[in-house]
Amino acid sequence: MSNAIPAEDSPKPPDPTQGKPAPATPLNPRRRGIVIGASDGLGAELARNLAREGYSLALLARRKDKLDVLCSEINANGGSARAYVHNVSEYSKVPDLLRKIVAELGGLDLVIFAAGVNLPPGGMDKYNFENDHKMIEVNLIGAMAWLHPISEMFQSAKAGQIVGISSVAGDRGRVGNPGNNISKAGLTTYLEALRNRLTRHGVNVLTVKPGFMKTEMLKAAQGPTPFAIEPAKAADDIVKAMQKRRQVIYTASIWRWIMLAIQHTPSFIFRRLSF
Amino acid sequence: MVGGLLKTMPIYLNSTFIQLENFGHSLQASSYRIQINKTEDIYEAFQLAKKLGLKVTARGTGISYNDASLNGGGMVLDMRRMNQIVEWDSASGLVRCESGVTLEQLWQKVEPDGWWPPVVSGTMKTTLGGCLAANIHGKNNFQAGPIGEHVVEFTAMLPAGALVTCTPKKNADLFYAMISGLGMLGVFTSITLKMKRIFSGLISVDAWHVSNLSRHLSGLHDHAADHDYIVGWLDAFARGKNLGRGQIHGARQLKEGEDPDSQKTMQLAYQHLPDRFFGVLPKSSLHYFMNPFMNNLGMWGVNTARYISSLRTHTFRQSHAEFHFLLDYVPNWERSFGRGGLIQYQSFLPKETAEDAWREMLELSQQRGLPSYLCVTKRHRPDTFLLTHGVDGFSLALDFKVTDKNRAKLSAMLQEFDRIVLDAGGRFYFAKNSETTAESTRKFLGDETILKFKKLKKRCDPNGLLESDLYRRVFGG
Repeated sequence: MSNAIPAEDSPKPPDPTQGKPAPATPLNPRRRGIVIGASDGLGAELARNLAREGYSLALLARRKDKLDVLCSEINANGGSARAYVHNVSEYSKVPDLLRKIVAELGGLDLVIFAAGVNLPPGGMDKYNFENDHKMIEVNLIGAMAWLHPISEMFQSAKAGQIVGISSVAGDRGRVGNPGNNISKAGLTTYLEALRNRLTRHGVNVLTVKPGFMKTEMLKAAQGPTPFAIEPAKAADDIVKAMQKRRQVIYTASIWRWIMLAIQHTPSFIFRRLSF
Repeated sequence: MVGGLLKTMPIYLNSTFIQLENFGHSLQASSYRIQINKTEDIYEAFQLAKKLGLKVTARGTGISYNDASLNGGGMVLDMRRMNQIVEWDSASGLVRCESGVTLEQLWQKVEPDGWWPPVVSGTMKTTLGGCLAANIHGKNNFQAGPIGEHVVEFTAMLPAGALVTCTPKKNADLFYAMISGLGMLGVFTSITLKMKRIFSGLISVDAWHVSNLSRHLSGLHDHAADHDYIVGWLDAFARGKNLGRGQIHGARQLKEGEDPDSQKTMQLAYQHLPDRFFGVLPKSSLHYFMNPFMNNLGMWGVNTARYISSLRTHTFRQSHAEFHFLLDYVPNWERSFGRGGLIQYQSFLPKETAEDAWREMLELSQQRGLPSYLCVTKRHRPDTFLLTHGVDGFSLALDFKVTDKNRAKLSAMLQEFDRIVLDAGGRFYFAKNSETTAESTRKFLGDETILKFKKLKKRCDPNGLLESDLYRRVFGG
């Protein structure tokens, strides 16, 4: 190892994973967004899509290697993304990290909570407290840890947009994976509560309920996976819904009708079904 | 209550998050806004920002055309409550103010005693702190220089916690750098200015038209000597041999005895801008009626009509407030530019190169279908402040409407404008242009000046706490 100490002013080579947001000007306005749970699947596709839309992005995920690859890709394609390694169940780290991100992005206009885990118990007659606990911890309490302080900021700023990636799984308690059902039902209700609080302050809250997507998570699903779509297609739907400032969307949209049928299936039938 | 901010603010910080805008409503940035009530609060805010890892920008009324008082994701110190006129000596004309005092408060305090601020901007809503940070000029720049030349003394809080007092003699390097320094070396707390004598509440204005660019510039140049103030309006829609046509207003202060009613005209009531048009229409609603004209066709009509009405050469008297604060004449006029807001592009060119450069710029704007809706010209002279925009020449300020459709086109055109201005040895003004890049800044200020400024910044602000969006844009952070 060389003993040479680099001169204080010598410019460091730019880190490809830490894109520097371009100055926002009236003719080159740049919105700033955080994507939590961005390393792969839907989160990564959302990041790519928003980068194309001109957002300066902060991308958060547990897995540094995947995150770095994604950020480098976005920055190489003319976008601006910065990587932050973070585990959403480390709640106490959120306030400081949020402040740091907002400072480094130069403001905040959008937050997407896309972090989530799906840990099935392994059969409709199995119970696994550890897995269920973990799902609540990440999918629900993780969302609250982030969206509480962000709601406080957006409410005060009277501007901003929150997108929560919930799931069709939250629409009904089913036999396969009770922990996932309740974590997503909780998230959907939490997002609705935020919407009811924040709409009057000019803040839009969008709840996204994806059905099956061709991601890592699909492997956890048991049984058939109808209407599975590419995450890029889902990301497209979500960005369009954001721009229209919609409230709740299903993706693919056919799930709206499927879930309507499922929600209205009477219990004396539903409790005899095995899905 | 020392320790108040430091103790309570970390808990309430998120609820101070607020979306702030520039004057033209064309740029938004959200920041933590901290209310400053007294000098000690500034020190505590610095401590807090350091602890939380935030950058700090002082903001007055926030009516710069660009990002001078925006600091996205950082802390913005709201200085508007530091607004006491501490000392006014009507015998000597010296006034000591806190930095959040506005020009409006100032002229209303001194005018009845027969004084007027030596330099004012086109709006009276600016705070003195902001005026010094941008080193503003008025329509009398060619003879009175920028406001900095009328500052007798100021005090500022440096991020390190020291309160420094500067005069042209004492701490002179800081005096000439902090005035014009964009608020990046320290936060002004107290400012002492020398007012100038007036002998009437009225000012005598000569108005005449000029039929092309060459006559426009020679009009500004030749008639500056026999006026105290000179300003031109230019019709950016006129083409060919009419290019650069417009109207010049030259104003002269009245000498003692010229106004027989000076007792009356110097009363404040006489100076107030009328709040209704034709005695009926409330002016606060006027911007709604202006909105339908805010397109190329409508503005061609307005500019042409304005030129035709200017063909009559005449001399009239109007109040100081009416003459100086044109931008306050229609409240919220900037709202008429619509949702995308407006930007201003102002260039300062030496008198030798101005005509050719502006001809090129005006023709380019017409070719691109992006004519400026409002153009204003002025006569200037150089000054000795570090980040000066002064030249021995003229300035041309162009207002453009911003829409989702024209952003890319307008941006490309302004980049060409930058090249034309820099090639012609011109300069830019940090309170106006919103698109000036770090590269253009380096070209017009020169490496030596920037190095000198950054060295002073290192001395005053060793932790680099003071940063605005403007600073990051033009000095690359």
